[in-house]
Amino acid sequence: MLGFTIRRILQMIPTILAVALLVFVIFSIIPGSFASSLMSDGRGGADADMLARINAEFGLDKPVHVRFFEYITGLIQFDLGTSFKFREPVTDVINARIWASLKLSIAAMVFAIAIGVPLGFIAALRPGSILDTITMVFAVSGLSMPQFWLGLLLMYFFALQLGWLPSFGYGGGQLKYLILPAITLGVTPLALLARTTRAGVLEIMNEDFIRTAHSKGMSNARVIRWHLLRNVMVLVVTTIGLQFGSMMGQAVVIEKLFAWPGIGLLLVDSVAVRDIPVVQGTILVIVVWFLVINTFVDIIYAAIDPRIKQT
Amino acid sequence: MFKSLTLSAVLMIGAATTALAQDPQSGGTLNFTAPYGSTFGTLDIQSSSSTQDEFPSKAIHRSLYDWNSDKGEPELELASEVEVSEDGKTFTYKLRDATFHDGEPLTADDVIYSYKRLATPSNAFAGARYFTNLEGIAAFQDGSSPDISGLKKIDDKTFSLTFTGATEPGYDLMRGNAAIYQDGAAEKADFLSNPVGLGPFKFVENVPGSRVVTEKYDGFYEEGKPYLDRVNLILLGDASARDVAFRNQEIDVSVLGPSQYVAYQADPALKDQILEVAEVYTRNVGFNPEFEPFSHKEVRQAFNHAINTDLIIDRLVKNKAYRATGFLPISSPAYNQDAVPYEYDVEKAKQLLADAGYPDGFDMTLTATQNESWGMTIVEAIIPMLNAAGIRVTANPVEGSVLGEVVPAGDFEAFMWSNVSGPDPYAVMTSFYSKTPISAGNYWRFNNAEFDALYEQARDENDPTKRTDLLRQANDIIQEEAAMWFFNYNKAVMAYQPWVHGLQANATELAIQNYEDVWIDDTAPDSRK
Repeated sequence: MLGFTIRRILQMIPTILAVALLVFVIFSIIPGSFASSLMSDGRGGADADMLARINAEFGLDKPVHVRFFEYITGLIQFDLGTSFKFREPVTDVINARIWASLKLSIAAMVFAIAIGVPLGFIAALRPGSILDTITMVFAVSGLSMPQFWLGLLLMYFFALQLGWLPSFGYGGGQLKYLILPAITLGVTPLALLARTTRAGVLEIMNEDFIRTAHSKGMSNARVIRWHLLRNVMVLVVTTIGLQFGSMMGQAVVIEKLFAWPGIGLLLVDSVAVRDIPVVQGTILVIVVWFLVINTFVDIIYAAIDPRIKQT
Repeated sequence: MFKSLTLSAVLMIGAATTALAQDPQSGGTLNFTAPYGSTFGTLDIQSSSSTQDEFPSKAIHRSLYDWNSDKGEPELELASEVEVSEDGKTFTYKLRDATFHDGEPLTADDVIYSYKRLATPSNAFAGARYFTNLEGIAAFQDGSSPDISGLKKIDDKTFSLTFTGATEPGYDLMRGNAAIYQDGAAEKADFLSNPVGLGPFKFVENVPGSRVVTEKYDGFYEEGKPYLDRVNLILLGDASARDVAFRNQEIDVSVLGPSQYVAYQADPALKDQILEVAEVYTRNVGFNPEFEPFSHKEVRQAFNHAINTDLIIDRLVKNKAYRATGFLPISSPAYNQDAVPYEYDVEKAKQLLADAGYPDGFDMTLTATQNESWGMTIVEAIIPMLNAAGIRVTANPVEGSVLGEVVPAGDFEAFMWSNVSGPDPYAVMTSFYSKTPISAGNYWRFNNAEFDALYEQARDENDPTKRTDLLRQANDIIQEEAAMWFFNYNKAVMAYQPWVHGLQANATELAIQNYEDVWIDDTAPDSRK
């Protein structure tokens, strides 16, 4: 297992380097710069000399290959550079927001797993029942409903009409501020998990080894526990891993709507003002998060199904 | 009605709504929203040119001058008096008795440190341009002198500024990013995380991406102020979320967009708590005269005649704007109240095109951003109108940072933008002076000898009334020459809760308030008391 884990971790390195190169090249090519973004509000904030000074100050007047070399050299030493906008180290800028992002992602995923997986199971165990129908209608709605609209609806009912929860903000990190954004963000993975779990359970229920277990006189509960659950978990864990891994990057709409100080929103804002060090840093963090989660999922696979470890 | 609006009347539209016959009450918390994005950039306001960063800085810091919203002009803030030399070049300031939040008194050394920091080239601060005509700035910036000869300490409480020509420094030195720091402030380890200023509120906490919290500074120099105990500057960039939060009484103030403006006006519970002002921004389509058709005045005038501007302001901007006549806005002292906007007349537009040698019209590209009020929405609306006159427009949508790159580089045929048009009419008119490079603000490549003569007369004129009159005439030339499509002047609109008082109709940027003048009454919810 240790060798398997090390192999998976080493496989992350070329992916990270490829992403770093890609992001650097893209933002070196596209028009617009941090200096020009200072002009975008039409206030005439700087003239050509000043813009040149700003470019020189941030090293943007150097050739692309020199900048890339400096960037990679810094990256190897875990130095993501200095933000043009915040004038602080990028690690500090990201550090101040990463915990809010993690908190939101974990809360949304816990919500999705806690409801989506049992719902999928129950629906599959009673296919065609009213419960199954309701679950699937809910799942399809959850997948197709725009998160922005759902968030506004939740705000309207739980904040404006009922007054139970705050409509926006981070507060002091209290749970009440987390509930609405986490539910909004968690509904899509919840629906996906419910559908995936239901499909997985139905498929395995028709397998020969399940019929054999039943014919041997094994109780329904024991069949589910010993034969069904373990097999379905591979599919469910895959879905959880993919959803959880991509959640940090997907949360930007929710972060904006609820004024949640996560890194998704930081990324979008930084792209708009061409704060390239922050853009590169946040994308790397999101990619590393995705890779870590999926490496972790691979390890869990191996624990659930030892055949995977051997492939 | 439009013509009858005077500067003071416009400024008072909102102010009247807050001027209640009540004595200000002390105490309470104000939840103020910062609507222009999802982050504050930096708490080092000198290094920033972002309006968003001014929200916390206006609570924490102060500049030498401040904007007086009632009078519509800058006035002394950190100095109790100023003596101006006869030639209008030297300003000698006597600093007021003010203390920083750590109790240290304001001295001339603080001012000199702050202005030198702003002007230091390696810092690359946008505010350095405020000192371009300060005596000795070139020697300081090229490193041949450690000091600026035009910036002198006379004694602990007195200093002077000497410029190379007659000037009015208040317009620049009132800006948020010309804030006065304590001598050596930037060298302190906690400078960025714990700013110390001269403002009415002390810094308490910054939750990046969420809010900045400030609390009353008891040693503030204005007697009895600030009234509030606490001001929370809350980041809330999404308009829909801001609307819900405002209606849910979680925030006390909300900046409104066109759609919300209509909804709030129609809501009996909200319509009486709206503050509005004509801001100093002019939305326009700028023409590049090096693009052959736009070298003809008749073509530029035809463009203005071809568009039903009033209809667009009514339907798309929801009347959250004032129809523009010239470049200078109605809140400018040099605004010409008798100016008549270009009338909507397609036949006249066709005739003008024919007169200029374009009887079949011409093709052009219009570069614009996705801005709701002066971007692609408006471009899409004017395309069929222009097409009816023979001007066939292709839209070129870009991001804000790209617009900020292509326009100063002159890389466009026409652009749509919202450009600052005040508060100082002389500074604004510099953008149309033929000797001003495109990159320094003459985006319209305006070149008119008559205008230049008026501008130079205004530059050399010390009498403010005569100077304003000359600038008004210069503005008339811009209108006659149709340097742009004169679209509208921004009407900034802010909704506030009924318990909030003392907001100012700030024409330079409505959302930037002097929080020390704001107070809340007993009807505020418990969370604010």
